Amino acid sequence: MAALKVHGNPFSTSTQRVLACLYEKDVEFQFVNVDMGAGQHKSDSFLSLNPFGQVPAFEQGDLKLFESRAITQYIAQEYTDKGTQLLLPESNKTMAVVEENEAALAKVLDVYEARLAQSKYLAGDHFTLVDLHHLPNAHYLMGSSAKKLFDSRPHVSAWVADITARSAWSKVLDLQKHY
Amino acid sequence: MTIKLYGVAMSTCTAKVLACLHEYGAEFELVPVNLQNGEHKQPAFLAKNPFGQIPALEDGDLTLFESRAISTYVAEKFKGSSCDLLRSQNPKEAALVKTWMEVESQQFSPAISPIFYQSIIVPILHGGSPNQAIIDESAAKLGKVLDVYEKKLSSSKYLAGDFYSLADLHHLTYIYYLMKTPYGKLINERPRVKAWWEDISSRPAFKKVASGLTLGDKN
Repeated sequence: MAALKVHGNPFSTSTQRVLACLYEKDVEFQFVNVDMGAGQHKSDSFLSLNPFGQVPAFEQGDLKLFESRAITQYIAQEYTDKGTQLLLPESNKTMAVVEENEAALAKVLDVYEARLAQSKYLAGDHFTLVDLHHLPNAHYLMGSSAKKLFDSRPHVSAWVADITARSAWSKVLDLQKHY
Repeated sequence: MTIKLYGVAMSTCTAKVLACLHEYGAEFELVPVNLQNGEHKQPAFLAKNPFGQIPALEDGDLTLFESRAISTYVAEKFKGSSCDLLRSQNPKEAALVKTWMEVESQQFSPAISPIFYQSIIVPILHGGSPNQAIIDESAAKLGKVLDVYEKKLSSSKYLAGDFYSLADLHHLTYIYYLMKTPYGKLINERPRVKAWWEDISSRPAFKKVASGLTLGDKN
C-alpha cells in the first residue's frame, strides 16, 4: 500500500483528530508540517490538496482527502485489522451520535451525561471513532473556563479522563513538542 | 416492520432523508410531528431525539436522529440494491463521498442555512423582518464555497466523482429553497454549479420530495 502523508499542524484540533486516529491504528505515516503563521495553507500547492485551504489534508498514492472526519473514517476502514478497533462490528444497528454545538455546550453536555450514564462510551461499551473525534476539543476545553461544565457532570468528566489517558492521544501531544 | 420517519415534508432535514428513502425505493411511514404545538420539545419526542429536532427515525428497536446519519443508515441498510449512493464497494470512492458529505455539513450548510432562516423562516413562521446583514454575510461565504464547487465540477460530473452520491443528495433541499429567494443567483451565476443543480434536482426521487417543500408558497 502506498505511503500515507498528513499535511497539517499539531496545534490544530482537526489535524489532531487525524493524528489520534493514525496512532490508534499504529499505522506508519509521514507528517508534513504546514506553517499557518506564514499562510502556507493558502498557497497554491496546499490548495491543490484542500481547495478550502484548511488543515489537515491527507494523501495516499493518488488518493487525496480532506475534512478530518472523512479522513479518520477512511483510515479506520482501510486499516480495520490493525491497531484499535475504532468501528463497531458490521451491523445496521450502530447508533448515530450528535456532534457538539459549541453555542449550547451546557445543554449538549447534559445530553452526553445522560447518554454516558447508560454506556461507557458514546456509541456503546467500546471506544470508537465517535469518542476519538471529541478528543482535541475536549482537551482544549479542559484547559479553559469551560472545565467547570465538565467537572459538574460526573459521567462526562469520567469519560474525558478515560479517553484523554489513551496512549495514542499522548503521542499526539508529544508531537507538539517538536514544533 | 416498517421504518418510521418522524418529521414534516416541508422541512429541509426531513426531506433530505425522504429523498434518500425514495432513491432506494424503501418502504416507510412518515409520521407527522406538530411543530406548532411544540410536539418536538415534549418528553415523548425528546425520547427519540434529546435535541428536540426533526427528523427522527425508528426501525424496529433502533432509534436514530441527525438527518445525515439517518440517510447514511438507510443507504447502508439497502446496500446491494441497484442504487449505490455510498460507493461502499470501492474504499477510495467511499472516502471521497464522505469527504464531500463533510464539506456539505461543515462548509456549505453553515453558509446557506442563515439565508434560508432569515429569508423564509423569519418572515413566514415568526412574522418578522429578515436581518439583511446576516444574509449578506452568509451570501458572501456561500459564494466562496460555491466557487470551490464550480472548480471541482470542471473535473467531475458530481461532487465525489462521476457518480451521483449522498454527497450531492444532501444539498438538494437547502438549494431548492434558496432558488425561491433572490439568492438563487449564487447558483445561476456559476455555470457548472447550475448544470449540476439542474441534473440532481431533476431526479425522480427528488421530484417526489420537492412537491412537499411548500414553505413560502402562496396557496
